[in-house]
Amino acid sequence: MQLTARIAAIGLVFLGAVALVVVLLASGGDSEASRGRTLTFFVAIQPGGSIEEVSKRCSEESNGRYTVEPEFLPTDASQQREQLVRRLGADDPSIDIVGMDVIWTGEFANAGWVEEWTGKRKREVTEKVFPGVIETASFEGKLYAAPFNTNTQLLWYRKDLVKQAPRTWDEMIDQAERLGRGNGGTIQVQANRYEGFTVWANALIESAGTQLLSSPEEVDLAEGPTTRALEVIGRFANSSAAPPSLSTSDEDSARIGFESGESAFMTNYTFAYASASEEAPEIAKNMGFARFPRIDAGRPSKPPLGGFNLAVSAFSENKDIAFDAAACLAGRESQKTAVELDGLPPSRADLYATKAVTEAYPGFAELVKRSIEDAGPRPSTAAYQDVSLAVQRSLHPPDKIDPEDASSVYEELRSNLEDAVNREGLL
Amino acid sequence: MSEGATTAGASARTRSEHRLAWLLCAPAVIAMLAVTAYPIGYAIALSVQQIDLRFPDEGGFVGLDNYASVLSSDLWWTDLFNTVFLTLVTVSIELVLGMIIALVMHRAIFGRGVVRTAVLIPYGIITVVAAFAWQFAFAPDSGFVNNLPLISDEMDWFGERFSSFAVIIMAEVWKTTPFMALLLLAGLVTIDGQLYEAAKVDGASAWQRFTRITLPLMKPAILVALLFRTLDAFRIFDTIYIMTAGAQDTESVSILGFNQLISRLNLGLGSAVSVLIFICVLAIAFLYVRVLGTRVEEGRPVK
Repeated sequence: MQLTARIAAIGLVFLGAVALVVVLLASGGDSEASRGRTLTFFVAIQPGGSIEEVSKRCSEESNGRYTVEPEFLPTDASQQREQLVRRLGADDPSIDIVGMDVIWTGEFANAGWVEEWTGKRKREVTEKVFPGVIETASFEGKLYAAPFNTNTQLLWYRKDLVKQAPRTWDEMIDQAERLGRGNGGTIQVQANRYEGFTVWANALIESAGTQLLSSPEEVDLAEGPTTRALEVIGRFANSSAAPPSLSTSDEDSARIGFESGESAFMTNYTFAYASASEEAPEIAKNMGFARFPRIDAGRPSKPPLGGFNLAVSAFSENKDIAFDAAACLAGRESQKTAVELDGLPPSRADLYATKAVTEAYPGFAELVKRSIEDAGPRPSTAAYQDVSLAVQRSLHPPDKIDPEDASSVYEELRSNLEDAVNREGLL
Repeated sequence: MSEGATTAGASARTRSEHRLAWLLCAPAVIAMLAVTAYPIGYAIALSVQQIDLRFPDEGGFVGLDNYASVLSSDLWWTDLFNTVFLTLVTVSIELVLGMIIALVMHRAIFGRGVVRTAVLIPYGIITVVAAFAWQFAFAPDSGFVNNLPLISDEMDWFGERFSSFAVIIMAEVWKTTPFMALLLLAGLVTIDGQLYEAAKVDGASAWQRFTRITLPLMKPAILVALLFRTLDAFRIFDTIYIMTAGAQDTESVSILGFNQLISRLNLGLGSAVSVLIFICVLAIAFLYVRVLGTRVEEGRPVK
């Protein structure tokens, strides 16, 4: 009996110790948030250091009201989202400001994870911003984030190999075929099965004159233009203009393919120019730029639109000052810092005439500005991930599309998108 | 309790011992319930609801709807086929290679410790790191594999289904064969050396000694190794996620579950996939134990 009692006592002590450890572990995370007016800023890492720079400046300018502490997310967009979603899904109060990719707005807003911007603050952060970019920070007519940087793709080509920049994808494929594979006759795009593929496919479908969705829950996809865009994808993927690793290519492999001299053409974001100047000066010397190619000669293209907007977390314990901080972090000065240090295109149209931008984009600042104005953004819907998965599932690998008859792939895309917006079936 | 023969004192003692046994077990039982039973129960509860983190206003009990949409989807069956295919191929290759390595490790005359450690290195490497290493080796632009003789410089290994599978299988086999070898070696060392001596005296060849002595006596070890590896291989995720992320129809059921749960935040549908994977794993374990379990008894080494 005595032994039993003693063992029971030991057992109780043990259980108590376990409980204590659990409590200590659970409370460990909270100490961050309770450190007064420290605001945690979850944002994708930028190699040039612009995030650190703007966080420091805004903290100093706040006169001790707040200190912004950046918390960096990985470079891969889906991994950034995964980390944020896990925290926000668990009502984590340790996030104050969220660096939100343009495609997450609908999802985060509908889930109630980010706060709406209203009144004077709303006017302040949307002043002189491209209307298309404001759209990417809005959902169902309400603004959920302060536009920070935007982004778009240009056509990059080799002036020493190509006399005149192609205007359409068909022209570009013809030119590449004439050059031949050994002589730079390939086109670099982003066609791995990831978000970049959706960016590319969406830009082509938009450029053909239709769109994926007409409203958050309505599939558009006019048959004629969509089939036309798909046939261009199919023609390219099955031609000698497609690099061997087309179906696994991303922004970085495209950049490397262009810088190595393997490809005379590339569609890629604005970072490509700075990268080539540094990594391959010989190639950069002959680097030409033009607008994202068209599908039909008679219809202007709609280049892709990317970028980050800054939102205030619904679980922040310092929402009021977080709004002020986000407004500063996304403000005019910060946008200048971002273009100077990291080459990120500002979301304010009035900055494109400043030295910061013209120096970062020598000769093509105006082209970037026009591309952003005419861009065809990816659809705004709370089920965006489903839509993107559906596009990737239906159209990847791109060489499965028959360039003569894309109707079966069209049907597949349409039915997968219907499933996606209704959130049915597996994707 | 009904036995009248037991004295009151003895029965009190038995009771207190029973209580003691329960007390001693309690922490383990509580821990098991908290970390195993609760999540499984929660997943089952989620799988019969319509629940999506992005649409907090929706929801409710939907019965087996989620299961119906998983089982009626081509994707589930394609991915299940991929998973079973990868499991069968990797485990068979690992068994043969693991056996060879185990025999070598067993026979190593000098440097035993070094040989065993060297063989185990791949198993010590994190799967994600190993997957990246293999992916870089086979990348058409930066990898060395395409520079090898007999391989086309333009071969895009991850651009096609079965070449992707080939690389995934190589990476998996490379990584987990040491584990298989280690389990087999454990079986090998239990065999009495005298049996081999006696067989030699009787004039048995090396092959006969292997098939008549080694294999039968190692059956229990082989079955345990196969069971562990099959259960493990069926849940393959990291290697595929790094190499193709499921592109080119190389998706496994675990990646399918991940996509529904993490990418789409569709907890209902994702939990249904998870529960189905759990049932598959249970079925595999049951098969091994039920069908092959009797053989474990038969093959117990004679002492």
